[in-house]
Amino acid sequence: MAMTITEKILAAHSGRKSVSPGDLVEVRVDLAFAHDFTAPLAIQVFEETGAEKVFNRNRIALVADHFVPNKDIASAQQAKRMREFARKHRIRHYYEVGEAGIGHVILPEKGLVVPGMVVIGADSHTCAYGALGAFSTGVGSTDLGAVMATGEIWLKVPPTIRLEYTGKRRRWVTGKDLILYTIGRIGVEGALYSTMEFAGPVVRDLPMYQRFAMTNMAVEAGAKNGIMEPDEKTLAWMKGRSGLKPRVFRGDPDAACAKVIPIDVNAIEPQVAFPSSPANDRPLSAVGKVPLDQVFIGSCTNGWLEDLRDAARILKGKKAARGLRLIVIPGSPWILKEAVKEGILETFLEAGAVIGPPCCGPCLGGHMGVLAEGERALATTNRNFVGRMGHPKSEVYLSNPYVAAASAVMGRIAGPDEL
Amino acid sequence: MHPGIFEQPETFTGRYHQMKIEGRVWKFGDDVDTDLIIPARYCNTSDGAQLARHVFADSRPDFAGTVSAGDVVVAGRNFGCGSSREHAPLALKEAGIRAVIARSFARIFYRNAFNIGLPLLESGEAVDRIRDGEEISVDLSTGKIEDRTNHQTFRTDPVPDFMRELIRTGGLVDHVKRNKLKKKTVRRSR
Repeated sequence: MAMTITEKILAAHSGRKSVSPGDLVEVRVDLAFAHDFTAPLAIQVFEETGAEKVFNRNRIALVADHFVPNKDIASAQQAKRMREFARKHRIRHYYEVGEAGIGHVILPEKGLVVPGMVVIGADSHTCAYGALGAFSTGVGSTDLGAVMATGEIWLKVPPTIRLEYTGKRRRWVTGKDLILYTIGRIGVEGALYSTMEFAGPVVRDLPMYQRFAMTNMAVEAGAKNGIMEPDEKTLAWMKGRSGLKPRVFRGDPDAACAKVIPIDVNAIEPQVAFPSSPANDRPLSAVGKVPLDQVFIGSCTNGWLEDLRDAARILKGKKAARGLRLIVIPGSPWILKEAVKEGILETFLEAGAVIGPPCCGPCLGGHMGVLAEGERALATTNRNFVGRMGHPKSEVYLSNPYVAAASAVMGRIAGPDEL
Repeated sequence: MHPGIFEQPETFTGRYHQMKIEGRVWKFGDDVDTDLIIPARYCNTSDGAQLARHVFADSRPDFAGTVSAGDVVVAGRNFGCGSSREHAPLALKEAGIRAVIARSFARIFYRNAFNIGLPLLESGEAVDRIRDGEEISVDLSTGKIEDRTNHQTFRTDPVPDFMRELIRTGGLVDHVKRNKLKKKTVRRSR
């Protein structure tokens, strides 16, 4: 039976010859992930099940990335709970402050995720790993606790919505812009319970870091997972990174999709999502004058080394506008080290930026750049709901790193061409 | 009579000692995200009682102090979208909300709510007609929703079999205990 890539991965992991959308399957999990924000509840659930051991101490990753270095006593207690659990169960992939970065950056970076895997994470942006041709989805803490105990999870096979991107990308248009545009077009419920399969020559043309940005935000359209078929770029990126054996699945050409949405990128400009939804999307030319108080460059969506390079390219020799706070947070310790070596960090410092330790930072209004009443920030993050980054009467706009960098210089939302 | 949606659980886990819910309606619009339900700054705890104090802190500051056990949230499309934080359904449940009725639910929130024993019901017609502040009763065993203020009744869409099973067995933890770990085999780590 003809199957899509998602269906093939789920069939392979549930011991079935084939699966169809709507089937309920019990799936073997290759990697389970949680962080300091979601792990404590998951640990509580794990203990409630009465399981004495985790299903496999080599297949669980616990990362300190959300409220770390701990922002207050309560967060420190939560992190301590995760740390003690990791120690007790000898969790191999436990990442402490100093070694840790943003989970969705370090897990692929360190080769913990390879094509063909099933990854379940207690974080909605777990869908990001689909860029590697893995089935990867976010769940809550109770589901994750049960996975840690059993190594399995029940899932309903999602229908696939295939998005085919064709044409030629304009200057400054990245994977982040393509996904913002797409969510703007189909809405925050446009892919509800479905797989968003990103395809077409434009996707093939994207470097890995921009592919991650796309699959990262599949959840913002309501999707169960985002996925791309592995190709030479995927395998080149994976080379030497992992001791795990990749399984390259490719969808059958005659596999049925619930919907095929062709997207011509020729006319797509860099995108800006206005408050307060990732779907409230506008092309740069329609933004108007939006003065800013803060610009944040980082997050699991755009915290890769290449994202920092892109921003540095725009900021080189320039300074952030007077009164504008520029915050830059590299996605991992390795990225931070490379940024130092390449002189990128110096560019940011010369521009007047504040550099944060590798973590999620202000993305979710935790720390390192929380907004006051009436303040406006532009961020390379993935969500801008009311109160996301601080006071309920603050506003968050979303963009790619090029636009964020140019905006920092201008003190208002702007593109690189304005500099 | 609408066929039974929720059956009385076989073992009395205590989660569903109330098959009939009666309380006040808290009405919301579309796309109510989990940051709105419980802002991240309050999620540095797993304690349900503490979380309950901050439900809807940024959008309905009167909620936390006024909500009573048995109250029901009624909302539009895509309720619970955004972050996967389980703190959201947990906080609602600990605050006293016994059911959420919406036009549709976001995927992760849907799973989380059933996993912790917060029933979710989908009913477009109920959402159309019911208003904030009205008195409502919900019978989980029949799926009947009654707006007691306006004397209107509504039906819910049937809950998928597996979700009903989760509720019957008392949530995911009980399901795992019964079906996955009952043989008490200690899984060896490879």
